[in-house]
Amino acid sequence: MSALNELRALKVPKGTKRIRDKSDTRDNKAAAVFLLPWLIGFFAITLGPMVASLYLSFTDYNLLQNPNFTGLTNIERMLQDSDLGSSLIVTLVYVVISVPLQLIVALAIAVLLDRGMRGLSFYRSVLYLPSLLGGSVAIAVLWRLVFGGEGLLNAFLALFGIHGPSWIGSPNTALGTLIILHVWTFGAPMVIFLAGLRQIPRELYEAASTDGATRWRQFRSITVPMLSPIVFFNLVLGIIGAFQSFTQAYVISNGSGGPTNSTLFITLYLYQKAFGSLQMGYASAIAWLLLLIVGAATAINFWASKYWVFYDD
Amino acid sequence: MTDQQTIQRPPLSVPAVAIRPARAPRDAASRRRRVWSVLRHVLLIVLCLVMLYPVLWMVASSLRPNGYIFNNPSLVLNTFEVQNYTRGWDALQAPFSTYLANSAIIVIGAILGNLISCSLAAYAFARLRFRFKRLAFGAMLVTMMLPIQVLIIPQYVIYAQLGWINTFVPLILPKFLATDGFFIFLMVQFIRGIPKELDEAARIDGAGHARIFLQIILPLMKPALATAAIFTFIWTWNDFFSQLIFVTAPDKYTASVALRQFVDPTGQSDFGALFAMSVVTLVPVFLAFLFGQRFLLRGIATTGGK
Repeated sequence: MSALNELRALKVPKGTKRIRDKSDTRDNKAAAVFLLPWLIGFFAITLGPMVASLYLSFTDYNLLQNPNFTGLTNIERMLQDSDLGSSLIVTLVYVVISVPLQLIVALAIAVLLDRGMRGLSFYRSVLYLPSLLGGSVAIAVLWRLVFGGEGLLNAFLALFGIHGPSWIGSPNTALGTLIILHVWTFGAPMVIFLAGLRQIPRELYEAASTDGATRWRQFRSITVPMLSPIVFFNLVLGIIGAFQSFTQAYVISNGSGGPTNSTLFITLYLYQKAFGSLQMGYASAIAWLLLLIVGAATAINFWASKYWVFYDD
Repeated sequence: MTDQQTIQRPPLSVPAVAIRPARAPRDAASRRRRVWSVLRHVLLIVLCLVMLYPVLWMVASSLRPNGYIFNNPSLVLNTFEVQNYTRGWDALQAPFSTYLANSAIIVIGAILGNLISCSLAAYAFARLRFRFKRLAFGAMLVTMMLPIQVLIIPQYVIYAQLGWINTFVPLILPKFLATDGFFIFLMVQFIRGIPKELDEAARIDGAGHARIFLQIILPLMKPALATAAIFTFIWTWNDFFSQLIFVTAPDKYTASVALRQFVDPTGQSDFGALFAMSVVTLVPVFLAFLFGQRFLLRGIATTGGK
């Protein structure tokens, strides 16, 4: 059961009334003790700040003076902010391309690493490693130097007589290098897919094979539907995570989001406004915009899942 | 030589067909399967090389003199230069060991916090019956997916008022308050797999929840604790966003934040030193992967699976 399925299972169907019997609450006291750290954390570090940032969204606040309620001024400003507009486009392009691309690669390699093949655990380990390193500053630094003007990529291209540009220095390709970095970390979803592939009953393939189904047909009609809940899980969490990408863009562009805003993720723009120019109110409004976009994307995902995710239960 | 070759025997488990000389007649399907198997290995080895090449190049470059790093795609070392490491170690205000130690303190605090607070919460969610359980569990799952950006500004304001900026408290304290829902979820999944009869037997013997948790559940959930510890280690070590915000004094820099200082937007960067210190910061992650991958792989497979 993934976290998403748990969430789905919590939903009480309309029209059913839950009957609460006495034993339902017999551990109240013990639960309060065991959950005490979580409760404090939930209210003081999660829910409280969330509400506070919603309030700050309607204020002008520079950290030194008290917040000054300004009504809808921040929202009006957002509508006219062209930097915010380009950061939204950059973020959306990044999310829409990098997440599906990473999952397609992860699924393809997981299928290639078929069960029981020799050296499977070796390949799995090697391919998984980048997903542990990928979020670090060190790898972002490395990316700068791989895709820089005199970097590794151009050194390779030079062997074939091609003179490559600085890939991170050009507005047309800088975002592409970040997408490649995201795809490079396909190991984590690959491992999840491998575990899912192992769950598919062999008999399904054997039966299909006897009926004369080709490999491709088997992949489309057995593997994809059986794996679709796991693809869905990776897609939802991948999209939520990708919207929050920060480190790579920050390091590659030295915190500027450049060249010409081409790597200005919304998180980076928010950071600039909040901690660069201390516009905490405006930054809070941007944070809530991000939350609403992530929420909408997740809702759309759940809605669309009705049409392509196959649950056999 | 020829004698030795004739003596060599295939392992008993291999069917005789597989070692028949290539000349022998064989059906097309099995030949195709064999070609595909070889092709697949070639493909995967090339893929592994492409994936790891940049990292290997970084290690090689960190051992080269500064002038030989760029326009040089090879991994072959003509000289072996450790000066990048000694120079990089002392390039910033404090020796790099200070930053590594700062990161280590935060990592240890985060691991302790996550293990204690998340296991407590997980026990409640997996084993206890209480009011608002569904609501609380749902809230926990939803916070797993909440973007940290929507919390960070008010958190910063609170920590600033408490005088906690430039201390490690904002980076460690939340872990003691079970704010990493992922680990609660991981442990809930694990505890659900422990037979309930064990708890019930203990309860008949008069054990309360504290004793059941400490003496039965906790010892049995060691694999889940190990997974949570290793993930916390890697994620906290790699973390940059919150460390960048909460720690701004140079002597409090973590390894991630310090490494960022090498990338100088104005002057000439010392690329040799930069590569060397990058490698230094990756070594702990690599070691965690090497010794903990069993737990890492199992962890993401069980929380991500259906």
